[in-house]
Amino acid sequence: MPSYVDPSKCDGCKGGDKTACMYICPNDLMVLEKGEMKAYNQEPDACWECYSCVKICPQGAIFVRGYDDFVPMGGQVHPMRSAADIMWTVKFRNGNIKRFKFPIRTTAEGKANAYVGQTGVNLDDECLFLEKELTSPK
Amino acid sequence: MALPNKPKGEITAVVNPEIVEQEVDVLIIGGGMAACGAAFEIKKWAPADMKIKLVDKAALERSGAVAQGLSAINTYIGENPIESYVKMVRNDLMGIVREDLIYDCGRHVDESVKLFEEWGLPVWKKDANGDNLDGAKPAKSLREGGVPVRTGKWQIMINGESYKCIVAEPAKLALGDENVIERVFIVKLLLDKNKPNQIAGAAGFSTRENKVFIFKCKTALVACGGAVNIFRPRSTGEGKGRAWYPVWNAGSTYTMCAQVGATLTMMENRFTPSRFKDGYGPVGAWFLLFKAKVANGLGQNYAAPDMAKPELDKFMPYGGSPVTPTCLRNHLMLKEMKEGRGPIYMATDVALNAFLEDKKAKGMDDKEIKKFWKHLESEAWEDFLDMSVGQAGLWAGMDIEPEKVGSEVMPTEPYMLGSHSGCCGIWTSGPNEAWVPDVKNDSRVHKYKWGYNRMTTVDGLFTAGDGVGASGHKFSSGSHAEGRIAAKQMVKFCRDNASFKPELKQTAQQIADEIYAPVKRYNEFVGATTAADVNPNYCKPAGLMMRLMKATDEYGGGVATYYMTSGKLLNICLDLLRLLREDAAKMAAGDLHELLRCWENYHRIWCVEAHIRHMEFRKESRYPGFYYRSDYPGVDEANWKCFVNSTFNPDTQEWKCEKVDCINIVSTDPWL
Repeated sequence: MPSYVDPSKCDGCKGGDKTACMYICPNDLMVLEKGEMKAYNQEPDACWECYSCVKICPQGAIFVRGYDDFVPMGGQVHPMRSAADIMWTVKFRNGNIKRFKFPIRTTAEGKANAYVGQTGVNLDDECLFLEKELTSPK
Repeated sequence: MALPNKPKGEITAVVNPEIVEQEVDVLIIGGGMAACGAAFEIKKWAPADMKIKLVDKAALERSGAVAQGLSAINTYIGENPIESYVKMVRNDLMGIVREDLIYDCGRHVDESVKLFEEWGLPVWKKDANGDNLDGAKPAKSLREGGVPVRTGKWQIMINGESYKCIVAEPAKLALGDENVIERVFIVKLLLDKNKPNQIAGAAGFSTRENKVFIFKCKTALVACGGAVNIFRPRSTGEGKGRAWYPVWNAGSTYTMCAQVGATLTMMENRFTPSRFKDGYGPVGAWFLLFKAKVANGLGQNYAAPDMAKPELDKFMPYGGSPVTPTCLRNHLMLKEMKEGRGPIYMATDVALNAFLEDKKAKGMDDKEIKKFWKHLESEAWEDFLDMSVGQAGLWAGMDIEPEKVGSEVMPTEPYMLGSHSGCCGIWTSGPNEAWVPDVKNDSRVHKYKWGYNRMTTVDGLFTAGDGVGASGHKFSSGSHAEGRIAAKQMVKFCRDNASFKPELKQTAQQIADEIYAPVKRYNEFVGATTAADVNPNYCKPAGLMMRLMKATDEYGGGVATYYMTSGKLLNICLDLLRLLREDAAKMAAGDLHELLRCWENYHRIWCVEAHIRHMEFRKESRYPGFYYRSDYPGVDEANWKCFVNSTFNPDTQEWKCEKVDCINIVSTDPWL
């Protein structure tokens, strides 16, 4: 189900220090064509349809079209992701639409506690950070 | 006319890249759950002046197997004894596992899950009435004694769309942005010039600019996932990307470690999950949460105890478990398919309607039923939308509503991995504790511990997650915990070897030339034909990958033969792989994306060779349903209830396979 870019919405993330979809794609598929300042998926048959590019695109310019070797045409699944929730719209081939909203995170972005500056106790035992004691098999 | 030939990608590769050399104490290679666990943990133990870098071929926020998200955490011990977890894994993997590693994972894993929740991962809870609350509703945390929604004995439900982002954030924060290098693909490990069998560095290249990176290090963690697109997939067009496991996992972990002499274990093990056909959406929640049943084409529930028992009785004690081992579940399904009783359907409609009937019978009014249904439907779709959106897309395209019609289930092409329901990987030391067997043998290949937990047989080289063999069922949480285990040990290794100064065998230029060889070849020969992909002097990575997948599919027990192979076929496969390995030296890349694909394919060929060698060595069919040997059908407990370990000698370039004793630590009576 490869991702594709709507050229009327994509602005190549100009002005930014990186192209969002190109930055995030785990499989190095999304690239920027600098002449036109538009992004595209350079290898659709290696797309895992993970939606990372769709979710991150600041312009909402990226969509997914079903794999042409087994998905009949006409359906579409598209998300809107905010800081705390994601809203999915599932459009069926027959025109029916379902919407689902799920929480994605209970803390503000950037606020995960990395326990910076705190240290563990004894490098020579098997306890990890925050663990006080360990069992062994009975 | 496309002439003149030019590179396809946007970032053209140059023949002479810039060389960047760095020296660190600890190098973390990979960016998935295990690497993030290591990045978080290591700063808790490392002295302030210790230099640590993490190198990821993608972006940490969305890299690895959890990039898309997950709808459940499959390993949370909670109220269960860890011994029961060991027994479950042991039985699911047909008896041959490292119980020390599994127990060790079990005693650390919950702490990782509690951290995830604290960092912001929504974990479903049970309310006072026993109904499900999604993870954003106010409830006690796991640390405070909150009750998670269990689907099976070990699984808990989450709202996991942002699982990886949430885990990556504190990893990056702990290590510092400046110590996380993204979009650099490490392709080979480097041994020390002076100290035998000691890791001294690693090298790779940037996929964004023409730069080769060479790191010197005292110790390294290799955690780059399993192997995908190694057997011909059922969808060979665009759908090739819809692999069940992440399509960017190229076997780099196994290949890179094997090439410097790290012993591998159980590489004959593979995983061929049964999933919803084509979309490869998860079935776990359907089986466990919604209690759905599968039926064959005649409508018979072939997996029900009365029908399955005669077949399962052939595989005792494993077949006698209340939860049938994953491979044997496949075996039952394949038997139906091969005997013409397909297709296999999951009755999603029956399962969902049973919930509604139950509520009606209990007197719930229509308005309440409508509300209940909305929640149930949402839970069903979230399972796909969190972790396998493509399956939702397939249902949308096919007009499938799961409450109205069932969906076909099918075993996929084979994958190699060590963290899910498979256990191939690298042979590592267990914890340095008295309860771990002290095998009297001079060789690490036969021992269970040699000082540093999760260190491979190569000094200073550690692995975690999919990398650690013979200990499956870690899943996302266990992989994170295992990365944390390895991180602490790497700090210990550095402290104990403070005087060690890594020195490389090769010059920086030699390394760079090797890494950029496909670029040099492309530029030398691209003008020899009028079509850049068809050239007698080189092959392109895309074609080579198809050649690899054809060989493994036809001779190595792929979907083409219903996973059946034999000694004769496996040896033909090994011959084809030798030719592939030779031709891999003739791959050509015109741009950096293609260079990435060249090296991924090189890694794939090597790790598949190890897989085929192990299958050839093991003269039995230990994992019916994952693969079969026609010349040795059946499980042979008398001769093959042992590990198969293999070691590639980097000096002589020879492989050695050997049997290694499998020792039980947790009681075998009762077996479960």
